[in-house]
Amino acid sequence: MKMDVRPPVLAAEQLTVHVGRRDVLRELNITVQPGDTLVILGRNGAGKTTLLHTLAGLRDAARGVVLLSGQPYAAWPRGHEACLRGLLAQSQPDFFSATVLETALVGRHPYLGRWDWESPEDEAIALAALASMGLEGFAERQVPTLSGGERQRLAIAALLAQRPRLYLLDEPLAHLDLHHQVAVLDHFGALAAEGAGVVMVLHDINLAARYASHVLLLDGAGGHVFGAAHDVLTTERLSSAFGHPLRAVADGAQTLFIPA
Amino acid sequence: MAHGHSATHPAGGGMPVQRRRALQVLAGLVLAALAAFVWSLTAGALPVGPGDLLGALQGGDGSMEADIIRSLRLPRAVAAFACGGLLALAGALMQVLLRNPLADPYVLGISGGAAVGALGAIVAGATSGWIDGGAFIGALGATLLVFGLARGDGSWTQTRLLLTGVIVAAGCGAAVALMLSLAPEGRVKGMLFWLMGDASGATRPWPALGLLVVGLASVLPFARELNLLARGEITARALGVRVTRLRGLVYGLGSLLTAVAVTTVGSVGFVGLIVPHLVRLAIGNDQRLLLPAATLAGGVLLCAADTAARTVVAPIQLPVGVLTALIGVPVFLFLLARHPR
Repeated sequence: MKMDVRPPVLAAEQLTVHVGRRDVLRELNITVQPGDTLVILGRNGAGKTTLLHTLAGLRDAARGVVLLSGQPYAAWPRGHEACLRGLLAQSQPDFFSATVLETALVGRHPYLGRWDWESPEDEAIALAALASMGLEGFAERQVPTLSGGERQRLAIAALLAQRPRLYLLDEPLAHLDLHHQVAVLDHFGALAAEGAGVVMVLHDINLAARYASHVLLLDGAGGHVFGAAHDVLTTERLSSAFGHPLRAVADGAQTLFIPA
Repeated sequence: MAHGHSATHPAGGGMPVQRRRALQVLAGLVLAALAAFVWSLTAGALPVGPGDLLGALQGGDGSMEADIIRSLRLPRAVAAFACGGLLALAGALMQVLLRNPLADPYVLGISGGAAVGALGAIVAGATSGWIDGGAFIGALGATLLVFGLARGDGSWTQTRLLLTGVIVAAGCGAAVALMLSLAPEGRVKGMLFWLMGDASGATRPWPALGLLVVGLASVLPFARELNLLARGEITARALGVRVTRLRGLVYGLGSLLTAVAVTTVGSVGFVGLIVPHLVRLAIGNDQRLLLPAATLAGGVLLCAADTAARTVVAPIQLPVGVLTALIGVPVFLFLLARHPR
């Protein structure tokens, strides 16, 4: 592996995020280096999605700054940020029909000029992304005929076709069965090993423990803990953040957290 | 689809499949538009053979046929075509803007405002120029009112815009009903014709045609961004689309197109709602193809419907809006039943 002298793919400095008048997160400092997988944990309404959208540059921070590959979003040429970071948003209803391939090709938008049409190379990238999510042979299907899990994998495939350096994932495992949950996390693990940065909101503490290099734990009242996964994932911290007592169970090298 | 796999791999080289298909569809619609024009110019109480049409259009011989075609049928055919295109384009834009398949050009109260303006002018005994002016002022007034109210707090969500539009339209509807009930007997028929949409008085069609060309040309560069906007604001913004600017363009342009259309031919219904859906059912929802195709298809539909309106029960002329609904509704239901989605 070559030495990496590039700036962190993502950094937040003294970042304060609010919803309405309420600060959901105060003075956050994080860096995501190439190869890092940061998992954001916290109870419902703790501001995980709001934070993710702020990190994606879609929402102004109350205070502080977000740096994408070393620069604030505003400093990147308009539209170029979409080549650097991709966001998997929580699924939204579709009001218009489209084919699976058309949907995956959406990820190629940032690379196309105003009058360009998707090239055969773009199509090959989108088909490869579909195949990596187990959707080969689905290209001509209409999206409304897919199951919830298939749609979620399609949304991930569209993000993969975007080929950013930083992946921001809001509940990437929603609607997925166990097999696909692990397959998706393995896929992003492989991308991180190749030098991408991955930030994701998860609800499964044990999957977080298995895949995260770093964890950001939000308490919903503005406080947070950020650090290496094994430092942050302790029964006391998790119990207090989720408001429910947890118990740690050793399973070989791994520690499992179960509700007490 | 059994042959789905082959379609995903365009046979090497040349244009991608989708783009070639786009050009075929558009070429077909251009031919349909030409056919609609020929029918519209030749049909009527004084039939003209297609062979004599070119000579009459060049207008050298000064015959009665040439005069009728040049001063009556041509402006009317152009007005119907242009306004059909304007309404279909505006409808397609509004459906993307509001992410709502039920949206049409009138959903934000534009036709209601235009009707109040036009009917007010008719009640006041104005001539046709003032009726057009009243319709245009009413349409723009309703647009500004809805826009101003909907973004009272600086943001504007689709739901808020839609609700404000529906309420303003309801208010305009009440005002129209009031004017109809108070208007002198002799003017009610003209008011009803205006409300149903009628191209017979369209003597100045060229501004509408010009706006159609300019409007389509100014929105096509943003067609792929509109594809993303139709998938949701977050998706579009995450992929680098300047959503606020794009929405402003779509809203302003959609309103202007609709205002000019209702000013020219009255509030013709169904074209703006049904044509974008017809085209979508036939060729999918890629705005790069959908917007020009819907524009042409809307023009063809209204041009043909207007020709039918003045010929099927001649010498009685029907309001064209009634015919667009009578043609559009069964065709739409047929296509919908054929494509279970």
